[in-house]
Amino acid sequence: MRRTLLAALALAAAAVALAFLVLPVAAIFLRVPPGKLLHQLSSPVVTDALIVSAKTSAIAQALIIVFGTPLAYLVASRRFRGRALVVTLIELPLVLPPAVAGIGLLALFGRAGLLGTSIPFTQTAVVLAVAFVASPLYIRQAIAAFEAVDPDVVAAARTLGAGPGRTFFRVVLPLARGGLAAGEALAFARGLGEFGATIMFAGSLQGLTQTLPLAIYEEFALDFDTALAMGALLVVVSAALLVILKLVLTWQPSRQTSGFLFVRSS
Amino acid sequence: MATLSADFGLPLRSFELRLALEVERTVALVGPSGAGKSSVLRAIAGLARPSGRIALDDEVWLDENVCRAPDERRVGLVFQEYALFPHLSVERNVAFGGKERVGELLERFRISHLARARPRELSGGERQRVALARALARDPGVLLLDEPLSALDTHTKDAVRLELQELLQSFRLPTLIVTHDYEDAAALADTVGVLVEGELRQVGSPTELVSQPSDPFVASFTGANLLHGRVQSLDEGLTRVRLESGEVVYSTDTAQGDVGVVVYPWDVSIGRIHVDDSALNLIRGEIASVSRVGNRVRVRIGPLTAEVTEASADRLELARGGVAIASFKATGTRLVPLAS
Repeated sequence: MRRTLLAALALAAAAVALAFLVLPVAAIFLRVPPGKLLHQLSSPVVTDALIVSAKTSAIAQALIIVFGTPLAYLVASRRFRGRALVVTLIELPLVLPPAVAGIGLLALFGRAGLLGTSIPFTQTAVVLAVAFVASPLYIRQAIAAFEAVDPDVVAAARTLGAGPGRTFFRVVLPLARGGLAAGEALAFARGLGEFGATIMFAGSLQGLTQTLPLAIYEEFALDFDTALAMGALLVVVSAALLVILKLVLTWQPSRQTSGFLFVRSS
Repeated sequence: MATLSADFGLPLRSFELRLALEVERTVALVGPSGAGKSSVLRAIAGLARPSGRIALDDEVWLDENVCRAPDERRVGLVFQEYALFPHLSVERNVAFGGKERVGELLERFRISHLARARPRELSGGERQRVALARALARDPGVLLLDEPLSALDTHTKDAVRLELQELLQSFRLPTLIVTHDYEDAAALADTVGVLVEGELRQVGSPTELVSQPSDPFVASFTGANLLHGRVQSLDEGLTRVRLESGEVVYSTDTAQGDVGVVVYPWDVSIGRIHVDDSALNLIRGEIASVSRVGNRVRVRIGPLTAEVTEASADRLELARGGVAIASFKATGTRLVPLAS
């Protein structure tokens, strides 16, 4: 008797938890008919935000890959003093409140900041905010992916006459590819949703620095349906990313299952 | 043929590896795991940085002024787990070492039919052939094999060992093998060095190591029985040794104090009753185990292991728990000083 009661309670709790996670997302699609959602997407606010988001995301992610990959490889393949500290510093932006990231970027790049630039409230500022907040996700995952490459296989490439460059591009990179792609998918998703640091460091100027999340925030008081349409768009993109991520991870069954969000710190 | 000379020191975790070795034909280094065997190969290949001198004939790879990168040393290193590139086909694995002779090598190693297969689809023996072909495709001046047989199951091991023996002879390359198995070393190499805690204890031909072990470790490593005892007296060229287990044995070797008594399993005869023959040493005891090793039968009696043919084992009805007498000649009994 008590046992059935307990089981029923557990089932009820689980149902509440699941509904709580699913319903807000479902509500975006259920409140307004789909045709109207699609129609709202052609409003200038949305197209402007979409262009800003796409452009800044593309540049920020390119920068993350170009600068983050060498950093991850060096951290993964070298043992040096202070390595644990470097890993922790890389991970720090992940746990920082976005507002702190915004004020930090202002303190560095602001007119009166450490470097004294005119970057704030430009599109460059959006790119920097996104890169700052999203790159740790990629770099962490990339470190784990590089660490998972068998060092004997790398050594074998060297003894077979391949220099460090050929070894990296022909052996290390193809073997770490799955993990790198997974990290990039996470970083892209995180960057696309960036809000706090961007609004502080870049503002919310339509057509210049107003990304989709900022546009949702600006629109929801003025035109709730347009805000909903942008929300729906972001849900679709995020869900697609999640599916891609899961596919990438199942393609690599021997690697990157337990090491997923985990970086050895020593 | 070229000669690889290596004379270097390399600090490892708990001891320093010190090695001076000339590799002309096939040399095997044997030793227990953790003796620094793999580090020897890594040092020669340039994957570890020792101090000293490494050269292939007059081509210096390492000395005070030179330290060539691994890709600039002409080594063919075959890793213990083969370290094949998992993302490349067999053909492209081999081609990674050098594109010129890929077809010829695939054929020679009988892996042409596997050209398009990925390493994970191969058996242990096939993987080894791919690893060897890949190492040779690089056109190396010296071949380094790390535990070439340990990743194989016992069933395929014997066949692969034979095959490897023939291949090594045909390569005509100075070859350095490391293994923990003395039998493998003796089968594959004409010179064997025993490496213990980073130090070469003895270098010689396989038969030399068996017949004249320089210390008890070498003796036990070559598969001999090693019984501990103390020399009691010397008379008429015979040394009388009282074993720790109480029995008395004789040897034609001369020694004093605490000694290791070395006798090879194939020099020990087994009987049910005491036959008055020329064997001076008798140990009577209960049979502790009977196990088949290939076409031989290994029998443990007290502290001794003997090897007899299957026919003898059947005829004598040797079984666990029975009582038997092990006998061996004083002339086949080596005495090695024990470092006490």
